[in-house]
Amino acid sequence: MNDQDSLPVLVVGAGVSGITAALEAAETGASVVLVERQPYVGGRVAGFYHYFPKMCPPSCGLEINVQRLERNPRVRVLTETRVSAAEQVDGGWRVTLERAPAYVTEACTGCGECSKVCPVSVVDEFNHGMSSSPAIRLSHPQAWPQRFVIERAACADGCEACVQSCAYDAIHLDATVTTEELQVGSVVLATGWQPYPLEKLSELGGGVLPDVISNVQMERLASPSGPTAGQILCPSTGQPPRRVAFVQCAGSRDVNHLPYCSGICCLASLKHAQYVKDQHPDTEVSIFYIDRRTPGRNEDVLTRIGDMDGVRLVKGKVGKVEAGDGGLVLTVEDVEAGRKLHEQADLVVLATGMVPTGNGESPFGIARDEDGFALDDFDRGLVVAGVARRPTDVAAAVRDATGSAARALAAAERGA
Amino acid sequence: MEHVGVFLCSGCGIGDALDLEAVASAAEDSGGALCHTHPCLCAEEGIALVRESLSSGEADGLVIAACSQRVKCKAFSFDSATPVQRVGLREQVTWSHPPNDEDTQMLAEDLVRMGVARVLKSKPPVRQEEEIADTVLVVGGGLTGLEAAAAAAGLGKPVVLLEKEAELGGHLAGIGELAPAGPPYDQLHENPVSNLIEQVRSNSRIRVLTSAVLRGISGQPGQFKVEVAAGGGDETFMAGAIVQATGARPYDAHRLAHLGYGEQADVITSAELDAMLEAGSLTRPSNGETPQRVAFVQCAGSRDAEHLLYCSGECCATTLRQAARLRRDYPDVEPCVVYRDIRMPGQQERFYLAVQEEGGTLLMRGEVDGVGGNGNGRLAVHLRESLLGDDARLEADLVVLAVGMVPNSADGEAIRALHDAQQRVEHGESETQREEARKVAERLAAHEGTEILHLGYRQGPDLPVLQYGFPDSHYICFPYETRRTGIYSAGALRAPMDPAQAVEDAWGAALKAVQCIEAARRGEAVHPRSGDLGAPDFFLQRCTQCKRCTEECPFGTLNEDEKGTPQLNVLRCRRCGICMGACPERIISFPDYSVDAVASMIKAIEVPEEEDEKPRIVALMCENDALPALDAAARLGRTWSPWIRIVPVRCLGSVNIVWIADSLSRGVDGVILVGCKYGDDAQCHYIRGSELASKRLENVQETLDRLALEPERIKLVELAHNEFDRVPTILDEFAAEIEEMDPNPYKGF
Repeated sequence: MNDQDSLPVLVVGAGVSGITAALEAAETGASVVLVERQPYVGGRVAGFYHYFPKMCPPSCGLEINVQRLERNPRVRVLTETRVSAAEQVDGGWRVTLERAPAYVTEACTGCGECSKVCPVSVVDEFNHGMSSSPAIRLSHPQAWPQRFVIERAACADGCEACVQSCAYDAIHLDATVTTEELQVGSVVLATGWQPYPLEKLSELGGGVLPDVISNVQMERLASPSGPTAGQILCPSTGQPPRRVAFVQCAGSRDVNHLPYCSGICCLASLKHAQYVKDQHPDTEVSIFYIDRRTPGRNEDVLTRIGDMDGVRLVKGKVGKVEAGDGGLVLTVEDVEAGRKLHEQADLVVLATGMVPTGNGESPFGIARDEDGFALDDFDRGLVVAGVARRPTDVAAAVRDATGSAARALAAAERGA
Repeated sequence: MEHVGVFLCSGCGIGDALDLEAVASAAEDSGGALCHTHPCLCAEEGIALVRESLSSGEADGLVIAACSQRVKCKAFSFDSATPVQRVGLREQVTWSHPPNDEDTQMLAEDLVRMGVARVLKSKPPVRQEEEIADTVLVVGGGLTGLEAAAAAAGLGKPVVLLEKEAELGGHLAGIGELAPAGPPYDQLHENPVSNLIEQVRSNSRIRVLTSAVLRGISGQPGQFKVEVAAGGGDETFMAGAIVQATGARPYDAHRLAHLGYGEQADVITSAELDAMLEAGSLTRPSNGETPQRVAFVQCAGSRDAEHLLYCSGECCATTLRQAARLRRDYPDVEPCVVYRDIRMPGQQERFYLAVQEEGGTLLMRGEVDGVGGNGNGRLAVHLRESLLGDDARLEADLVVLAVGMVPNSADGEAIRALHDAQQRVEHGESETQREEARKVAERLAAHEGTEILHLGYRQGPDLPVLQYGFPDSHYICFPYETRRTGIYSAGALRAPMDPAQAVEDAWGAALKAVQCIEAARRGEAVHPRSGDLGAPDFFLQRCTQCKRCTEECPFGTLNEDEKGTPQLNVLRCRRCGICMGACPERIISFPDYSVDAVASMIKAIEVPEEEDEKPRIVALMCENDALPALDAAARLGRTWSPWIRIVPVRCLGSVNIVWIADSLSRGVDGVILVGCKYGDDAQCHYIRGSELASKRLENVQETLDRLALEPERIKLVELAHNEFDRVPTILDEFAAEIEEMDPNPYKGF
């Protein structure tokens, strides 16, 4: 079995898939290096309010995983790090890790004094641009590592307010990029996904109409740590919506956008319907769909939420969203039935799909399918996990990531 | 431990808000052997100070009074023999309470006293050295089992693969092509099963036993004793961990008489169509002619309140595969698919597109409410809510029911309940009891003889099943976290899934099996307290055979002897402490977590006199969800009542009622338990810890009666990890309720 004398497994990406692959490999006894571009682990789901089908917070599972990371001596976690180069060598890979300047070092205690004195306000990307934060901040209240991060480019010239406020000499504004070379036995690519950009869906009002939001923005709106402290409100008015419309397959199953099905959006919208109904029981919710894709036991979600009072599922593809007199107007076509509907809403949620991260820029020269999803290359010790391989929900990503850890260890075993 | 080193951090504003000299005196007065204060304990110098106290032998246990136990864990972990108690002065005291305030100071001093008390009662873990078997047992030789065997062998383990049939391959054996599982995702691909069988058969690490009968499995992870009859003889071998891959079977189509199965000769199932396609003879069973139109009825028995509520997940792909095959092999045949929703998630959508683009396959949305004869020798499929109108009829020569999948599982807990009831029918103490038992036995009769694994476990011979018969833990984050340590279900047994997913699942389950073996070898617990070396200890001389521990352990750790005395299988233990919470005799303890240690923490709280008007409240909080929520609230600047003394617990299920009695009899005014949500969608990592706690609280009423105290002094609240906006309010509201009441009359006793 792989042990500490063997070369480590490199896991690229610390979303749920990457964390899982790293921990599951490490708990067999292997040593693991887990690298993440963001300053925090957890990836996409760190910003989500609830998981379907249980309607439970993602942070609950992340907590256990973070505690496993905190306590496992065999995993080294490097945030704000990317793989800048990789070369195949005997028995594995030699990789170059590029670490962002450590403006805030590990000496940071997380006390938060720097944030209090920072004079600069920046757009908060964690909240998908729906709020602002000081340039130096903790990415979100439950972020791990609990280390502050600075958006250096936003700093005012010569400002050193944070440096002076820090009692622990943890802030170094002159830090530079550092690199590290490392030899690893095999690699798990768990690079995850990006939401399909709203701006590409302008016919649906994406990026044009303020009350047209994406499903990932909905997650932040519903989260207690989000821009509205968990209140679902129309961005333009700050008022609760009376009618909410969900546009399924917004950019998915569409030859003009993504030809594939993103697999999770039906369930996400049903879950969001429950968010809305929990807060605003009288609000009318409509979900416009092509097929209701809730496979396996997730059918329960469709049964439970689809049957709620004031939740309507309507077969039809939304072709257009426009501003009208009484709010937003949706044009819905049901080609098979040969009908066209006009529907109104105050808030439109586009169920945007998942785009695999980093298509075309892998230092490992990983092969991808036509849609940009990465393919295992077992012979070269490259294994893919989670949404980098295929659009999946969290449960499937975790399952796949556990298997990926096994394949990576088996590849290393064979290569060694 | 005897020499408790107490280290106070004055950083992060702690020193500005508290009189740390007074805190240090409190630590020393309560039994701390030494106490140092440092301006930044987590920095190198601070850590060096702590290390020095250990290496010099001045301290053998530590209290780190600084930030929360959830942060800087690596910095503050020393060696596994040294118990460390973290006291969250930053989050629980100075961030959340007014600085330089009498009540804030008292809170800090109490928390440090509590930390010292706990370490004084802690012991270093005793490392378990056991002989561990390396073999992975895989039960079931279908696609999942074959793949799991190959995976475990690929990870360097010897494998025994058991298959009850004479041949390997399961229900996919004999099918030539499957729906696409790789790019370009638009055409059929060769079924991998036959190659896989060859690969497994030729792998020197894998021993295959076909026509095998599993007689029994006893023991624990690392030491499972497996008894098998195969090849005409019986044999026994040791296995370290088990993958159960017994698959699924098609839903019994005879129950679908309304869809014509069994009534109309030309109504068949997907599996029967596969057999025809592989035999190269697509014919109507009624007359042997080649059909013109083949109608597929989707969701036959799935997504149906009368049959299977769930979606079987793979039938859409199976039907489209069969339609594509028909189009290729029988160009004159017209396939027609009647569906409610076509479910081809991910890149599978490309195959659906390919079938549509190829043309020739009619796709019709609608609900089928019946299939019958059409009078002209053909069949009629009756549709409701279809696009063609309210009531439509589709003629076909052959109707294929895309029946769903049912897991090949056995409900271990139901089997156990059945056997218990049968015992009571024979030996019940009263006629009423025997009659009750008869009813139970009747209700569970269908479980008789359904055993698969034949586990020698007190809680039943098979994995517990959850919804719909799937032996899954129903966890999203930890899908392999089963309730029987070292036994992992995989493939269509565990959840509805297609062959590609089953392959991934097999690898995952194989990894978990290997991991469990390695953890057993290191003497460590597996998930979620992975790495924990502290095994439970049972002081059996005082056991009264009440069986609460053996019944309530969520992981089936404990067996019983004839008298009902628990028999510990330590390698099954997950260290949740639920047994410790259950035990009325308080004889179960962990080296660093025991009834006595927490009781000592409670005793360390200084309870002011009644006239001081400073109530005291003990909050027993789950360290996995409630405590993190509290930490986040503190970070966001929320405050709460200074009367509260937090005691983090591993799980609310580990809370022993005596802690509540101890609190109240010492004059503490109220006790609040904050833990995970329970019920159908339980969020407890130990499945039902918080639920058990709520049940046990019902029994506390007795204690309250005895002490003549109000029932409202005890409260249990469910809280999710992200409800940090709620937790201060919960604590404040409880404090307000307590203030409304008279002080606890036991103060000063």
